[in-house]
Amino acid sequence: MATPTVHHGAMFDTDELVINMGPQHPSTHGVLRVVLRLDGEKVVDCDVVIGYLHRGIEKLSENRNWTQIVLLTDRMDYVAAATSNVGYCETVEKLLQLEVPRRAKYVRTILCELQRIASHCLWVGTHAMDIGAMTVFLYAFRERELILDLFEEFCGARLTYNSMRIGGLPQDIPPRWDKKVLEFCSIMDSKIDEYEELLTHNRIWLERTKDIGIISGPEAIGLGLCGPALRGSGVPRDVRKDEPYSAYDEMEFDVPVGTRGDTYDRYLVRMEEFRQSLRIIRQAVNGLPEGPIVGKVPRLIKPAAGETYHAIESPKGELGYFIVSDGKSTNPYRFRVRPPSFANLQGLRRLVRGHLVADVVALIGSIDIVLGEVDR
Amino acid sequence: MIDSFIIPLLKIVIVLNATLVAVTYMVLLERKVIAWAQSRLGPMRVGPYGILQPVADAVKLMLKEDITPTRADKWVFTAAPIISMVPALIVYAVIPFGPEVSLFGRKVALYITDINVGLLYIVSVASVGVYGIILAGYASNSKYPLLASLRASAQLISYEVAVTLTLVSVIMMSGTLSMVGIVDAQYNQHVWYVIAQPVAFVIVLIGGLAETNRAPFDLPEAEQELTGGFHTEYSGMRFALFFLAEYANMIVVSSVVTTLFLGGWLPPFPNTAVLHFLYYVPSWMWFFVKSFAFLYLFIWIRATLPRYRYDQLMRLGWKVLIPLAIANLVVTGIVKVALM
Repeated sequence: MATPTVHHGAMFDTDELVINMGPQHPSTHGVLRVVLRLDGEKVVDCDVVIGYLHRGIEKLSENRNWTQIVLLTDRMDYVAAATSNVGYCETVEKLLQLEVPRRAKYVRTILCELQRIASHCLWVGTHAMDIGAMTVFLYAFRERELILDLFEEFCGARLTYNSMRIGGLPQDIPPRWDKKVLEFCSIMDSKIDEYEELLTHNRIWLERTKDIGIISGPEAIGLGLCGPALRGSGVPRDVRKDEPYSAYDEMEFDVPVGTRGDTYDRYLVRMEEFRQSLRIIRQAVNGLPEGPIVGKVPRLIKPAAGETYHAIESPKGELGYFIVSDGKSTNPYRFRVRPPSFANLQGLRRLVRGHLVADVVALIGSIDIVLGEVDR
Repeated sequence: MIDSFIIPLLKIVIVLNATLVAVTYMVLLERKVIAWAQSRLGPMRVGPYGILQPVADAVKLMLKEDITPTRADKWVFTAAPIISMVPALIVYAVIPFGPEVSLFGRKVALYITDINVGLLYIVSVASVGVYGIILAGYASNSKYPLLASLRASAQLISYEVAVTLTLVSVIMMSGTLSMVGIVDAQYNQHVWYVIAQPVAFVIVLIGGLAETNRAPFDLPEAEQELTGGFHTEYSGMRFALFFLAEYANMIVVSSVVTTLFLGGWLPPFPNTAVLHFLYYVPSWMWFFVKSFAFLYLFIWIRATLPRYRYDQLMRLGWKVLIPLAIANLVVTGIVKVALM
């Protein structure tokens, strides 16, 4: 980044102010550091510094056997751990050319969508909190708690689930669990309206989010944005629709897209995704087939030499795994993750330029990043 | 001797103490009300239902290490919290909590003093409080507080213009600057000024929120953007002084709005024969109920609304409130002349 410039004026010279937002800052959602160059309160340029939460998950995975890696994927997007689990397991199944039973696929779909709601709850809460509406935060966490309870009942954990196995599920769903999921769906319906009541038509909210960080569809594609951040700009790209995995090919749902590509559109897209997720969960629970939960998995998982890339739609966007197997060892030869947060974070610099300091936190919220996933 | 010295002194002691206690309990009330709004319980540990929480807070803040940053301007850094606290307290000198009542066979006025420029006194003293915030940001020698204090000065000055202009229309109605006089005027005119001056009421309410740095105008201390704003570098009791000053100012604003627009200690539709039974409620009770309603409103707003952005706040102040205040002033003048 360039050194701060001095503007020579007629009456006096003005300096650019360089301030450090983060790595310890209430609104950078973890340990993100944004170095801002300010002209008054206007952001001239910014530099995004990442890496404070790097744990070397990709390298670690190359020294673990295939089953152990599931546990590491929990630690990437820790607010949507089940999605990362599913993504990894499906990649390995693709490598093994393993058929997964339909029941397992359906349960995976339910878990992924519950996780999407949980992740979006966290997003709507923190995003609103950054803009100063603190009550939404508590409301959203109240509902997120219900989802965590469901997960706890399913796999015993509340944050890092380790909820998936290569070839299927670790265990069948507990009795009456599906009923509880449906009960949750009916509670959640009215709660989404509650969040929207507080925000969607609120004048201050509109003023704070409309026309902030506008990005056009082609530009968003050029920056590699994905997920709701891309759909907010009107690009109907959703891995669940375009390259269906799990049981999404049997589900009926819409992909909401925005029109202007500003923060408000990204907000609306995610709010609609809440509803679409509930729709998918209802279909999956009602159509849950009977049958085995694990496919024909070999005792020793040792895929033949080869490589594969498989992507799923995590709450934040396209979560891809690229895995190379050398066919000789019981661990991957190369393990590489394409995290959606990392891709979306690349857009931040472009988005904040020319806006005010207050908008920076709104924009960090609107691209919905998790630093655990960015740094891995 | 008693009338000129002991009673005023007693009143000052009572008002000062009552204010400080009210301020600390205001903090608790805010935490409780916001907690209820957010389906939580709020403080529950210290005393039954957390009613001793302010005591625990005070003890904690007093025992905390009082840090002065090495590069701070020491004198100004120390003076800033005092400059913000003192004006917030001395404003109470002219706020009338009730009329003259007889107490133990002696006529006692339920206010410390009634000066004939009471309203002007409040406006001027309140504007001194701004210096506390500006100096705090400046003296901290740190970037975030500096940004916050710039915001604060711009915000407070622009909203003061709107509020003061609006107060002029109230003065035109009452014909006096004395706080007691304004209440008496409402008594004689049989009407609360909120009915006669609804626009002025709304402007003063919004301006009051902005001047006390309350949500949705709490930009100078926007935690999410400026990590605490002007008091980032403060700790312990000096931080507490800023905190108390904010709440003391909230009480001032609600008292002033009550006095100017809701008839102070008067019941609704004052001086109407039919509603005479309302006078059985003690006068100070009316005052406290009304002020409390405003305080509650402030907290409620904070729990509900997002925060304005700096430029939007300035736009609202200069482009909406000030023209509205001037228009209101002109209309008031025309109506007053026409009625005469």
